[in-house]
Amino acid sequence: MTRTSSKPPARKRAPSFATLAVAPHTVWMVLFIIAPLLFVAYYAFTDANGTPTLSNILALGDHTETFFLSVSMAVIATFLCLVIGYPLAYFIAKLSPRAQKIVILLVMLPMWMNLLIRTYSMMAILDDGGFLNNFLMRLGFDPVHIVGTAPAVVFGMVYNFLPYMVLPIHSVISKMDNRYIEAAGDLGCNGWQTLFRVVLPLSTSGIISGITMVFVPSISTFYISQKLGGGTFDLIGDTIERQFQNPATYNVGAAISLVMMILILISMAIMNRFSDDEGTVIV
Amino acid sequence: MNQEILIQLKHISKSFDGETILNGIDLDIHDKEFITFLGPSGCGKTTTLRIIGGFETPDEGDVIFDGKRINDIPAYQRHINTVFQKYALFPHLNVFENIAFGLRLKHTPEQEIVRQVKDMLALVNLKGFERRKIATLSGGQQQRVAIARALINRPKVLLLDEPLGALDLKLRKDMQVELKNMQKQTGITFIYVTHDQEEALSMSDTVVVMADGCIQQIGTPTDIYNEPINAFVADFIGESNILDGTMPEDFRASFAGHVFECLDSGFAKGDAVDIVIRPEDVDVVAPEVGMLRGQVSGVTFKGDYYEIIVDVCGFKWMIETSDYVAPDATIGLHIEPDAIHVMKKSKYSNMFGDYSSFSEEFDELSDAEAEEVEE
Repeated sequence: MTRTSSKPPARKRAPSFATLAVAPHTVWMVLFIIAPLLFVAYYAFTDANGTPTLSNILALGDHTETFFLSVSMAVIATFLCLVIGYPLAYFIAKLSPRAQKIVILLVMLPMWMNLLIRTYSMMAILDDGGFLNNFLMRLGFDPVHIVGTAPAVVFGMVYNFLPYMVLPIHSVISKMDNRYIEAAGDLGCNGWQTLFRVVLPLSTSGIISGITMVFVPSISTFYISQKLGGGTFDLIGDTIERQFQNPATYNVGAAISLVMMILILISMAIMNRFSDDEGTVIV
Repeated sequence: MNQEILIQLKHISKSFDGETILNGIDLDIHDKEFITFLGPSGCGKTTTLRIIGGFETPDEGDVIFDGKRINDIPAYQRHINTVFQKYALFPHLNVFENIAFGLRLKHTPEQEIVRQVKDMLALVNLKGFERRKIATLSGGQQQRVAIARALINRPKVLLLDEPLGALDLKLRKDMQVELKNMQKQTGITFIYVTHDQEEALSMSDTVVVMADGCIQQIGTPTDIYNEPINAFVADFIGESNILDGTMPEDFRASFAGHVFECLDSGFAKGDAVDIVIRPEDVDVVAPEVGMLRGQVSGVTFKGDYYEIIVDVCGFKWMIETSDYVAPDATIGLHIEPDAIHVMKKSKYSNMFGDYSSFSEEFDELSDAEAEEVEE
């Protein structure tokens, strides 16, 4: 149809059910998501007096090192989550439906506790005088210095965000049609070949969302790095938090937040493109 | 069939969750034959196929392939390939890579792969489809890719699990002819599973009729149709009037209150038997000269014949005739001796009666049910 005539005049009608149903969410979004975003943008491009300026953005150069440290730690943590989480998700998906429910529950169980509490207890366990070292010393080993090292921070990220990797991958694999796996075997694939040639490529969409869901919180975390990094690790999340603790540096904090947000959006867009091409065509 | 035996099933039994699916299957499959497992949903035909393919292991019995027991050999080591129900083509690979899949695993040189995939695409009439994505193909095209993907591995046996089930009628008929040609061309043994009796009769060298986890009858399509072994086979293959009868003596059958001449012998005097008479084997004659007399209760025009239901003393016969008969008319029925097929009583006797509850709609309903995947 190529009809271009003017639309009939809009009649006044009672709002539809759909409009009413989403109204609370719309209000919520405007108040707590869109408005704060506008504030962030406003602060990022103004100085403490409200005068428009680019100096906050230009000041970002001071934080390059922190930025790259954050990115590399988040990348390492995401990679480890994938390496640990994929096989875990795969094996869970191969269990009986009953067993799957139980194991998935176990995977999710830590998420029922607050991140701060989990991290704090991790610190208590791993600290120099903590549970683990006490235990090692009782067995006659030398204590290990863990808290305050880079591996400890990465460990904290992996520990906290692993479920976000396992769940989406498990969901994709458990829904995968078993006939693809049988077809692979039929055409001559042994177990490993089936995994790498069929199961892995068919679970791309799960891997992509797992990576996104682990990478985003990893790159913006501040609490994990503060507690398990023992104060020696300054990640971008810590930097932002510090800017906002001092009213004088709100604007710089907003600028960093804004840039981070844009970077994350760009990387997510790239990821999604990738998964649209490869993973979501499972018929 | 004088070809050598390629696959032997020896007393195969299998149950899932305490439910017996296969109960003592014995079967010889010859090299280069087109054999079809035919039966209703849940009869065990797909399970038998999956046991041959290596996707299930039998609880009891042996699978012998080329003289060797292969019960414990996994699917990927068997010289057998499968065309799966709904094809199971890999959605992450294009047509070329789907077909090349098996060759890649064998580390075939790239040039060789390109050549063979091309040949296969020509064989299944899909030239130029190499770069297409699976999701963009129609059902019929996917079907062809699935066949090419299996055949390129040059298996000794090709298993086909209701491969035409998802296609529309016209395409299905075309594919039946094509499949039969491919089988002749390649000389590969085809083991075909279907619940569609017409498909089985038109394509197969050998038909294996299954029901309730047991083989009912093995034979050529003609044998199966003309000499059904029991009431189940007679009812499942084609239309049939199945009547209770007795054999007062050799070459005599008594049913419907009349003694008929027939060609069967060897029963004990007075033995109770099942009598099968195909609708096209009954002649409509004037009431005075008929062996039986009845009233027409339904007439359906079928194009090249009329299908009429005739009530003879309460038993409704289905008769196919080329002459129009008016509803409610009284007609005579004439049955030649060679139209009468006598079967021993079996557990299926009396399960299939006359055509009093016959309705085509119901027939189609039970067909759709049969298309559900057996697992």
